[in-house]
Amino acid sequence: MATQLHIVTGKGGTGKTTVAAAMAMALAGKGKRVLLCEVEGRQGIAQLFDVAPLPYEERQVAVGLGGGEVFALAIDAEAALLEYLQMYYRLGRAGKALDRFGIIDFATTIAPGVRDVLLTGKMYEAAKRQVNGTYAYDAVVLDAPPTGRITRFLNVNAEVAGLAKVGPIRRQADAIMQMLRAQTTRVHLVTVLEEMPVQETVDTISELVAAHLPVGHVIVNLVKPPLLDESTGAALRNGSLTESAVAASLKRVSLDATDAAALLVGGEAHLVRQLLQEAQRGVLLTEANAPTAELPYLSDGIDLGGLFDLAEEFKATGIL
Amino acid sequence: MTGKAKTTPRSRGSRPAIRVGGGQRTGTLDIDALIADPHTQIIVCCGSGGVGKTTTSAALGLRAAEQGRNVCVLTIDPARRLAQSMGLTELDNVPRPVKGIGANGGSLDAMMLDMKRTFDEVVEAHATPEKAEQILKNPFYAALSSSFAGTQEYMAMEKLGQLHAESVAHADKGSRWDLIVVDTPPSRSALDFLDAPDRLSSLLDGRFIKLLLLPAKGPARIFTAGFGIVTGALNKILGTQVLTDVQTFVAAFDTLFGGFRQRAEDTFGLLQAPETAFIVVAAPEPAAMREAAYFVERLAGEDMPLAGLVVNRTSAPGAGMISQAAAEAGAEALAGGGESDHQVARLLGIHAERMQIQRREGRLKRQFAAAHPSVPTVSVPALAGDVHDLDGLREIGSLLAAGSSRSPENA
Repeated sequence: MATQLHIVTGKGGTGKTTVAAAMAMALAGKGKRVLLCEVEGRQGIAQLFDVAPLPYEERQVAVGLGGGEVFALAIDAEAALLEYLQMYYRLGRAGKALDRFGIIDFATTIAPGVRDVLLTGKMYEAAKRQVNGTYAYDAVVLDAPPTGRITRFLNVNAEVAGLAKVGPIRRQADAIMQMLRAQTTRVHLVTVLEEMPVQETVDTISELVAAHLPVGHVIVNLVKPPLLDESTGAALRNGSLTESAVAASLKRVSLDATDAAALLVGGEAHLVRQLLQEAQRGVLLTEANAPTAELPYLSDGIDLGGLFDLAEEFKATGIL
Repeated sequence: MTGKAKTTPRSRGSRPAIRVGGGQRTGTLDIDALIADPHTQIIVCCGSGGVGKTTTSAALGLRAAEQGRNVCVLTIDPARRLAQSMGLTELDNVPRPVKGIGANGGSLDAMMLDMKRTFDEVVEAHATPEKAEQILKNPFYAALSSSFAGTQEYMAMEKLGQLHAESVAHADKGSRWDLIVVDTPPSRSALDFLDAPDRLSSLLDGRFIKLLLLPAKGPARIFTAGFGIVTGALNKILGTQVLTDVQTFVAAFDTLFGGFRQRAEDTFGLLQAPETAFIVVAAPEPAAMREAAYFVERLAGEDMPLAGLVVNRTSAPGAGMISQAAAEAGAEALAGGGESDHQVARLLGIHAERMQIQRREGRLKRQFAAAHPSVPTVSVPALAGDVHDLDGLREIGSLLAAGSSRSPENA
């Protein structure tokens, strides 16, 4: 079976790195061999898995409960370029000459766009790599650039194809775009139930669709269970829960009754947020045009144990 | 990959990296003192994605305008609603006056950066008409100016330089702006724009550009060793057509490069000037606070004047005195009771959660303060909803200034 490619994007602060890592763990839990990649030089994966900063090398970071494995790779543009030149052009000596002329540096740090070509190129190489006739990985999960840049990032090879009419670069660019648009690829969008991230998710989906890139799931992250049930919400709205009633209950359990007013204010503020969240769910439902799944907020923070928990939650979403 | 950036010896003399406003309480960022200080001419808001940089920029600009400054806010990629809240409906790369401001003689203009148009305008302004046409039609230029990552940073710098030049040029006869508030691009590293001048310089001084220019400039005598190998390799990789496009572009662009670099370096110098104040924006999350610490260190390393840290969207301090443990125990004890007991148990649950979040946020802020004791900080409590209009921005503005000694809200 061809390697599945899961591309995980999201607005900053929505937890896309955590979601990408949990997705990789969930796949490993189903017995898959997974490569988890990052491309922004942040070493976010190493921090999550609590390992030393990742080199440009595929390293095992976790073994799933179902016998699968997660390998991690921090893709570095410069290393990818040298590897690429060696692999496809056997440019040993000439590669060094390019370096001496500052071309490697130019390509990876100065020339806009080239970085993205290299990063997507390495991802392509890992997804297409075969060992003894079978694919090296069952799935590649990419912790991708944020929603603001994702379409440009994924579409960079189409731009390149527009520039290079013929030749090896054109062939490579076409092959990468073909993989990104294939059935085996899905672009997932991580969001939280707040206005701006939801709006950005909706907008990004339109951009991706316009660029013929396959949209997967909207993953609503950091979802907290509603702390207010219907009866309490209604009581706060219509004022039937009075300050003196709250004070009486507090007294019954020997708590400071002077806090009654503050508790009511806190409850009302929470109600407003809870209703706004509900409204954002509605926006996703009607405007996102993609299936949604929810992952809970883990109050203990995200460590390796938390990742296993999230991976379990992932399996329940039906995304994989 | 910012670790690569070279620190060029641009600093003119030593300047304190940390600005200390007059009458400021120790440790608190005094926003009103900062915007009231006529020496503050540029405020740059930087921080990682999703922390509310653009909202903070807009709120700061509005507050300064309502306190009598003539402000221009340059936003890079605002959320639609936020843009609408300032009356920005189109991305036309020109500062537009925001209506409904000016009671104190101040004014607010706002604009969204259009990177392609900024690039085109630079080309049109600095090249001969024939050259400009040649550049604008080049396929490599079209891709470079509109769709490639990285261009945004260069263009944000270019635009800031333009706006500042415009405000300085008219300073004698009542300039249009005396304060420019800049939001920074949502790049890989939000400080990529600081590297733009360096990158441009190393590109222009590099042998690669000279190599590309050779066919347009005649035979290559300076490049003997390795030259054949390199052009051969480039041809093999890129193909002749791409190489020709790039070469034509570079040749046409050659005359523009010098001015480009000069302006980028001037803007870099401007950012280091004492008239500039950087505000690092963060959210009370471990990753965002880590990024904030990185920004603070990087700015100090580049001699950039840091005004302080804004921690956005913190949980609002509750008035209640009940501890988290007592609230949880109380909630449990009341849960099985009558209707109002049950409802109060829910309220206690909300209170307990808030106390827990506050404790976590408090720990993050203390850790930051311990590592960066000289950085003044202000926390801005989260509003329930997003900002939709000027009143929402005003509210953020007054929350930003809540730590100010002279803030009317505190008087």
